[in-house]
Amino acid sequence: MAELIATPAVTGLPLTIGSVRLAAFDPGPVTAIAPYPGRDLSPVLRFPAPGEVIEEGARRLIWAGRGMAFLTGGPAPDLGGLAAVTDQSDGWVWVTLEGRDVPAVLARLCPLDLRAAAFPVGTSARSVLQHLSVLLIRTGPEAFQIAAYRSMAGTLLHDLSGAMKAVAARAAL
Amino acid sequence: MSQSHRIPGKGLLIDRARPVRFSFDGRAYQGFSGDTLASALLASGTRLMGRSFKYHRPRGAMTAGSEEPSALVEIHEGAQQTPNVRATVQEIYEGLEARSQNHLGPLAFDLLAVNDWMAPFLSAGFYYKTFMWPRAFWEKLYEPAIRRAAGLGSLSGRHDEAVYEKAFAHCDLLVIGAGPAGLMAALIAARAGADVILADEEVRMGGRLLADQPEVGGQAGPDWAAGVVAELAALPNVRLMTRTTVTGAYDDGTFGALERVSLHRAPGEAPRECFWRIVAQRAILAAGALERPIAHPDNDRPGVMLASGVAGHLAKWGVNPGRVVIFSNNDGGLAAARSLTAQGVEIAAYVDPRPIPVTEDFPVYAGAEVVGTRGRMGLKEVAVRHKGGTSMIEARTLALAGGWNPTLHLTCHLNTRPQWDEKIAAFVPRPGAVPGLSVTGAARGRFSTAACLADGAAVVTEVLADLGLRAPDLPVPGAEDRPYGIAPLWAVDAGGRAWLDFANDVTTKDVKLAAQEGFRSVEHMKRYTTQGMAPDQGKSSNVAALAVLAEATGQGIPATGTTTYRPPFIPVSIAAMGAGGRAEGFAPRRLLTSDARSRAMGAPMIEAGLWYRPSYFPRQGEADWRAACDREVMQVREHVGVADVSTLGKIDVQGADAARFLDLVYTNTMSTLAPGKVRYGLMLREDGFVLDDGTCARLGPEHFLVTTTTAAAGLVMRHMDFVHQAFCGGWDVRMSSVTESWAQFCIAGPKAPALLAVLGINADLPFMGCAPVTVGGVRGRLFRISFSGEQGYEIAVPTRYGAALFDRLVEAAQGLEGCAYGMEALNVLRVEKGFITHAEIHGRVTADDVGLGKMVSGKKDCIGKAASLRPGLTEAGREQLVGLMPVNQGEVLSAGAHLYNERDPATREHNQGYVTSVAPSPTLGCWLGLGFLKDGRARHGQVIRLDDGLRGRKVLVEVCDPVFFDPEGGRMRG
Repeated sequence: MAELIATPAVTGLPLTIGSVRLAAFDPGPVTAIAPYPGRDLSPVLRFPAPGEVIEEGARRLIWAGRGMAFLTGGPAPDLGGLAAVTDQSDGWVWVTLEGRDVPAVLARLCPLDLRAAAFPVGTSARSVLQHLSVLLIRTGPEAFQIAAYRSMAGTLLHDLSGAMKAVAARAAL
Repeated sequence: MSQSHRIPGKGLLIDRARPVRFSFDGRAYQGFSGDTLASALLASGTRLMGRSFKYHRPRGAMTAGSEEPSALVEIHEGAQQTPNVRATVQEIYEGLEARSQNHLGPLAFDLLAVNDWMAPFLSAGFYYKTFMWPRAFWEKLYEPAIRRAAGLGSLSGRHDEAVYEKAFAHCDLLVIGAGPAGLMAALIAARAGADVILADEEVRMGGRLLADQPEVGGQAGPDWAAGVVAELAALPNVRLMTRTTVTGAYDDGTFGALERVSLHRAPGEAPRECFWRIVAQRAILAAGALERPIAHPDNDRPGVMLASGVAGHLAKWGVNPGRVVIFSNNDGGLAAARSLTAQGVEIAAYVDPRPIPVTEDFPVYAGAEVVGTRGRMGLKEVAVRHKGGTSMIEARTLALAGGWNPTLHLTCHLNTRPQWDEKIAAFVPRPGAVPGLSVTGAARGRFSTAACLADGAAVVTEVLADLGLRAPDLPVPGAEDRPYGIAPLWAVDAGGRAWLDFANDVTTKDVKLAAQEGFRSVEHMKRYTTQGMAPDQGKSSNVAALAVLAEATGQGIPATGTTTYRPPFIPVSIAAMGAGGRAEGFAPRRLLTSDARSRAMGAPMIEAGLWYRPSYFPRQGEADWRAACDREVMQVREHVGVADVSTLGKIDVQGADAARFLDLVYTNTMSTLAPGKVRYGLMLREDGFVLDDGTCARLGPEHFLVTTTTAAAGLVMRHMDFVHQAFCGGWDVRMSSVTESWAQFCIAGPKAPALLAVLGINADLPFMGCAPVTVGGVRGRLFRISFSGEQGYEIAVPTRYGAALFDRLVEAAQGLEGCAYGMEALNVLRVEKGFITHAEIHGRVTADDVGLGKMVSGKKDCIGKAASLRPGLTEAGREQLVGLMPVNQGEVLSAGAHLYNERDPATREHNQGYVTSVAPSPTLGCWLGLGFLKDGRARHGQVIRLDDGLRGRKVLVEVCDPVFFDPEGGRMRG
């Protein structure tokens, strides 16, 4: 039988409205790491504190919730007996949001304090965009990576583009 | 329409170079850019803008702001229609279409004005004493008539499809109100480096500096305000929000606010409104004060306004009020009279009940009162009672100045009441009423410009200290510091109706009647008379009404107190609060990898939780769902069918204690499950009732995969998470949801192994086994489980390959005389086999009720076990799962119907049970039902009656085992 072809998680991108650009992002393999209680993972890797994003070359360890980190940019190391390891490469849709009005766009969907001091560059947070549960990573003063459940990609695109349109339309008033 | 009532050179907010055309009640008008509907109409000489709520009396604008009670209009924008829009707030745009409300026939000839002549019969509470007889007339005649007559404004009956938005904001300091006090506070805080949000209801910041235009620091008030605003606008730590009303104070420094984003333009791309939730470390309320009218006979005619409204319309929009009589009880009213005179307005009389010894450029009637007015469609004359008798004075405008009420509403939103300040005859905020909210300026009773500026500076300094910031030295600019002398006058007693609440047509007589009838508390008076219950929420009537009540009961104002203040401060459209949530926006849509293909195949999609699943796959010539469903069922039973089952929850459980943990959450034992095997399991809630059923697969010694029903996936995850955190804290077990990670498809039917062979998969797996497989070059998992009762498999691949695999499966199935099947067929197949879903596990059944009592292991504990042994859950006579077949084969069964003994009436006392699921079975040639029947398992063979009161369906059914087809299960085990 011929090989199965992969389908992308989201279509219709990149999308630029006003000063903001929404693009699909492929983080490559994503592995969820959940340490068992009382284990010291440091011989293998440094586990991020809440909100922390640890970058080592191409590899990133992103805090993704209570007792949970996502590893991207590299294969899962051997953590037998130290942590539960689950593949999450297919469960999420990833996008990037960049541009001068990104904080205003996100403010229409996300209740977090997005000011620089409260959500510094290089940190992550779990929150919501409207009704979607998301993982947010701030990669710049006006740049975020956003991960949401793959099956809700259409809603993610719809809600983000709606907010982008609303922000851009104010400029024309 | 010419603008006959403008004063040249006046009007801060209008641009005479940009005329704007609009219509009111179908008549064309012209105004200027920056006009409100009210200012443009007044400038054109039109004072009549509406009809009052109950008596349908002609009314016009009373104010120049958001507290407007009378000039409420409908704005028509294509198919959209917004009622109860304040004409004093709505800015005109080219092509604006506005209509007056609440009249039958033209505004000038309202047929319902007969209510005014019937006023003696329509006093407060009249509907409690009338429409009683004959009783039969109530439902058919009185109620519909009252409903038609009641209400203010009308709806289009269509969805509001305009664009709205919601947003969040965070700051160190929220300053509410940009008058002199608010501007001082914001400026000092901004210079101290705080993140400041300054919000003001109006188009331009400045508050009363724009309407009264006092000098500030040697500059004209508006110029000083503009300078401050310019500095604030240039600072990166300041956000200015105009046209933004803060609507409510909530917990933890959260405030709601409504911003009018584009209501001043024709509908377009931009949102009409934005509902904000602002979280502030600290907040300062500098919302100013609202002027009170004075209640006197016929004080509600078009042309009777608040003095602040007259001054505001003149200063901001250049409206000429014509000859003005001013009726005032305080020094502010006298100041207004002088100011108007200086601007060229003719003051026909200044009337003041106080014995003030003044000589002015206009006639002064001291120790006098206004006792009436004439001019039904627009004020013509004012009756003034003075020492010499009563004089009729010609006037176009009567300006009432009854004193000022601090705008303290937000301070009371967390359930406190304000306190009475005798000196200013007004209520003032109670300090500390809302944690983190300070009050400054007129909002706490400081009424002179100098006092507001100084108070703003003083309060912000304290607040900045709380925030750990130092206030910069900023000298407070000089300004007038007039004393505020006032002699309270709530109502003039001179016969005739004197209005308190203009919006709900409540007079002093109504309030006195309430007291007389025993409704002596202010909360009772409010509901009995409806005073304060209109869209303006009593902004210009609450204090006067309770004062009248206080006098009628003899209790005094402090003892009478105010009613409860609740958000929102102004009306907030539900479209704004619910922005983004309309129609399909209400919830996220979860789409399957097979979604596009299913829709392309013509499958109607139905909602299952947040997912969309195909209902059936219609073929050419099939008339309806039934034809397709019957065919799909037969194809599965005789050949093979494929269905997308990705929606079921999948929870990955790992760790040395995983088996032990699952033994705790499941009623049966999972620790004895061998790797490569799958077991059906039951979970109970802590109260002993069934939570969910599903399969559990052991993928390795410390690795399990739990499945859950579609709609309860999140619920089960939460339950397992709670059990883990609450009872198994230190255990070596970790869970994560992998529902999204796998696309999973069911392959069911006698030719299922043949289909797998087409895919290159060897189907040599025992029943209830699982194994890794490779399909199309992709690593996946194969499970041999069946929900159809046929030989069945489920194949899972990483989600990105789901669409491609579904295409292959459909092609392969069709090649074997099979098909894709949907939810309808899936349901028929499982009902034929007596397999339960959450239709049966609806939250009030025990394991034994559904015939699975033996699955609760006697050898171990589990969540819910103890509670499941309670007498109420184990006693005899409980309703038990049974199958139901119609005695007459052609009859249709209904889910939701109740079950009765054959000859019993369909009453509560005779209820024997109910039907949970039904299915038309082509396999057995009749409808089948599953349901719960008292002592059901002992009644197989009995004939009872299914009674569907909703559809009028009564069917005799035979009680039987719920497994209708292949009871030994040979077909799926083979």
